[in-house]
Amino acid sequence: MADYTTVGKSVKKIDALSLAMGTEPFTADYPLDSPLVLKFMYSDLAHADIVSLDASRAEALDGVAGVFHFWNCPDTFYTTAGQGYPEPSAYDNRLFDHKVRFVGDRICMVAAETSEIAEEAISLIDLEMDPLPALFDPELARDPDSPRLHADGEYMPIPVRYQPEENVCAGLNIPLGDVESGMKEADFIVEHRYTTHQASHAAMEPHVVACYLDPRDRVVLVTATQVPFHVRRIVGRVLDIPIQRIRVIKPRIGGGFGGKQEVLLEPYAALATLRTGRSTFCEFTRSEVFVSSRTRHPMRVDFKMGVKNNGEITALVMDALMDSGAYGSHGLTVLSNAGAKVLPLFNKIPNMLFTGSSVYTNLPVGGAYRGYGATQSYFGFNQHIDMIARKLGVDFLDYCKKWHIKEGETSDIFRILGEGKEGVSQVIGSCGLGECIDVGAAAIGWKEKRGRKQRGANGAIRGVGAAVMMQGSGIPKIDMGGASIKLNEDGSFNLAVGATDLGTGSDTILIQIAAEALKAPPEKFEILSSDTDLTPFDVGAYASSTTYISGGAVKKCALAMLDQLQSVAAEALEVDKETLRHEPECFTDPASGKSFTFEQIGYRSFYAVNQAQLQANASHTSDVSPPPFLAQFAEVEVDPETGVVRVVEFVSAVDCGQPINPILAEGQVEGAAVNGISFALSEQFVFNRDGRVTNAAFGRYGIYTTADMPRMQTFLVPTDEENGPFGAKSVGEIAINGPAPAIANAIFDAVGIRLYDLPMTPERVFQALQESRSQEEPSA
Amino acid sequence: MNGTIIVNGAQIEIDFDPADTLLDVLRDNGHTEVKRGCSKGECGTCLVLLDDLLVNSCQVFAATALGKKVTTSSGLNGDGRPHVIHESFADAGAVQCGFCTPGMVMATHSLLTTTPDPTDEEIRLGLVGNLCRCTGYVKIFDAVKLACKRMRKDG
Ligand code: FES
Ligand code: FES
Repeated sequence: MADYTTVGKSVKKIDALSLAMGTEPFTADYPLDSPLVLKFMYSDLAHADIVSLDASRAEALDGVAGVFHFWNCPDTFYTTAGQGYPEPSAYDNRLFDHKVRFVGDRICMVAAETSEIAEEAISLIDLEMDPLPALFDPELARDPDSPRLHADGEYMPIPVRYQPEENVCAGLNIPLGDVESGMKEADFIVEHRYTTHQASHAAMEPHVVACYLDPRDRVVLVTATQVPFHVRRIVGRVLDIPIQRIRVIKPRIGGGFGGKQEVLLEPYAALATLRTGRSTFCEFTRSEVFVSSRTRHPMRVDFKMGVKNNGEITALVMDALMDSGAYGSHGLTVLSNAGAKVLPLFNKIPNMLFTGSSVYTNLPVGGAYRGYGATQSYFGFNQHIDMIARKLGVDFLDYCKKWHIKEGETSDIFRILGEGKEGVSQVIGSCGLGECIDVGAAAIGWKEKRGRKQRGANGAIRGVGAAVMMQGSGIPKIDMGGASIKLNEDGSFNLAVGATDLGTGSDTILIQIAAEALKAPPEKFEILSSDTDLTPFDVGAYASSTTYISGGAVKKCALAMLDQLQSVAAEALEVDKETLRHEPECFTDPASGKSFTFEQIGYRSFYAVNQAQLQANASHTSDVSPPPFLAQFAEVEVDPETGVVRVVEFVSAVDCGQPINPILAEGQVEGAAVNGISFALSEQFVFNRDGRVTNAAFGRYGIYTTADMPRMQTFLVPTDEENGPFGAKSVGEIAINGPAPAIANAIFDAVGIRLYDLPMTPERVFQALQESRSQEEPSA
Repeated sequence: MNGTIIVNGAQIEIDFDPADTLLDVLRDNGHTEVKRGCSKGECGTCLVLLDDLLVNSCQVFAATALGKKVTTSSGLNGDGRPHVIHESFADAGAVQCGFCTPGMVMATHSLLTTTPDPTDEEIRLGLVGNLCRCTGYVKIFDAVKLACKRMRKDG
């Protein structure tokens, strides 16, 4: 491992103290000049035509500035998915439509002086709705008798399959080799169906936006977003205003996890501000966040694997059906990632077939969610591998260590499966999965505990299970990050990045990368992240791209700055540039022993000779997406009387390359892991027969609290990734993928039952136990 | 309606609606360090001290607070500077997005006031009303223990 001064140190997050005090402004904390409050009216029908909408009584109400609906707003089709351009998501969404497609879909919006007036105005809107049959079961989506959700000119902006006439918003068919003959070679076949459920990102800060006109009538959006530049572009397109006339400012963000990769509220706020000339403010209530923002796409995944007695998997067939909900945001790419982030892990499978569809239903809308399809797919994949290893009579961990992808190896999946197009082939440059498995196994006590079925004092039975996984680091050849650095005369630097810190600490990490490259302490950097007027472009915070892609841009930029500094130092010391030695905050001429500091360079270039603002810019993309690797372990206690599963201990061992900031990297893993545990066991959307979410509140949705916490251990297993800045890979998403399968495998270890469906609630576990008992001992 | 509340030692005159909560008036009067995560008493981001009682300010009518002392996260140390609990959260890596943190800090303060040397179980129960989606609570537990150690030393 290289010897770094700032990289690899747990530098304190630059905004930690002010955030703890509460003095860092979030979107809702921005002072606005008596803003209009925006409130939506939502459908309580799952599927209906809006026959007529009369807003006259609402508009006449004192304090109402405007009512916005299909008949007075632009009707451009767009996607709310904050992706690159053109987005690989269907353009199937309008600001407002003459149709509603789920309980919680938008009918219209009121702008009023207060939220109370806005609510009252909503109650005065006269509506005539014509209910349509609703589609709730994704398995029935393509049935010719099922209702159709989209058939009004919706389209896909890229040349891929889109069949709204069959309720299909995306489809995939990825063959590799010959699965039929591969299955024939197998000694046995393991086949099963797995399902995963909806989930809310539940960032503590709800979706929120503030909008105003600047003195020259430009639209300024202050917004809780992961994708400021995509917001600017999409708002411009939907409202038909030049991008130049829009400025997007990202303040502190209260968590995103993919939920704020959606351009949900910004077009509405901009529209209302332009129409009324007033500043506007829109903040979702918690129940709006649950129902009307975005969810994790539920997925049904069938795995079929043919296996030889020597352990070789000769063929794999994966078929996925993804429920996209009422709109197709991320409908193609979450589906493709269910394969792309999973199938290369066991790269010695010669024959594969991955098919899948994303379909519309009259349910809340799916979107990007940490893990992005990999979470859905790894749930079944790791259980499948556990079953195979047990059939072969080998230890799950030994099996994984033997068959997982290694350094210097590749997988054809990298090449053939990309995001809306072909992928990019790559050879794995760093893989610490084997060591992660060893470290984690030792920490959980795998050898001592696996298969022991120890009984706790309360009669509960213990078991351990594990899961292995990979993710990516950005989207190769697509994601781009920009950075700029300028020198001040005291030798400090301003670093401006388009990268979007949404609470991860990326501002701190990007400073560390610049500090390492320039050999200056991190305190010498002031960072500005994400203001479309002031910072360079960046695609935003998603696809585990910030450390790797944006960090790559920062490193390049810092080295370009270093070169300029060196030129000035050489000129000042009157020596050849090449002879100078780069030392902390200065250059030294080894011959004379004279040094010239960054501060001296700053003063000289501002005020003395050849005056210039030293400033560097750089952009970065990557031809590859080096995967981080992770092994996760759960020890559970299953109460056979009640079906309650308690996670006693949870261990994660991750290879994220060289961690730039270990404490922040651990924090990413811990947060994702607990979210994953909570998703696996307790979080769920409950729907009634009409498709209404009946538990849209923190208190009833099931997020883990401090009282639910298992003992947690997290290990960073460093590797050196040559493509990453100072050896770094990503770490933000991966750890949400393993808890569900690790827990499912641990439940099997404890009580010998398989849970194929999430969440693994006590009722489901109890039922599975009952079924297995009745199979064992047919009732007398 | 109108009246006075004392926020972090400073008297403020408030003009409010009977339906307004303490959270509403605090935020309307510039105390945006008190966060709104749910408005339902289910997340703990809006925790403040009302006199010496820890309350979810979204669940208290503003009228109830008239004449009373309110302490928010930024006023915890009394002099506008960070309290040792803030520093402990920052040092332990317990602050990610930070939206939950002012509330977590208030809950920690309350816990350590009544239980200066809490067990792990007491920490878990003491923070049970505070949700955090970023950290997985692990480093928050570390922060509470660090604060506890530092406060014992100071005290
Ligand atoms: S905002 Fe008060 S408890 Fe959530
Ligand atoms: S740090 Fe983001 S919710 Fe706790």
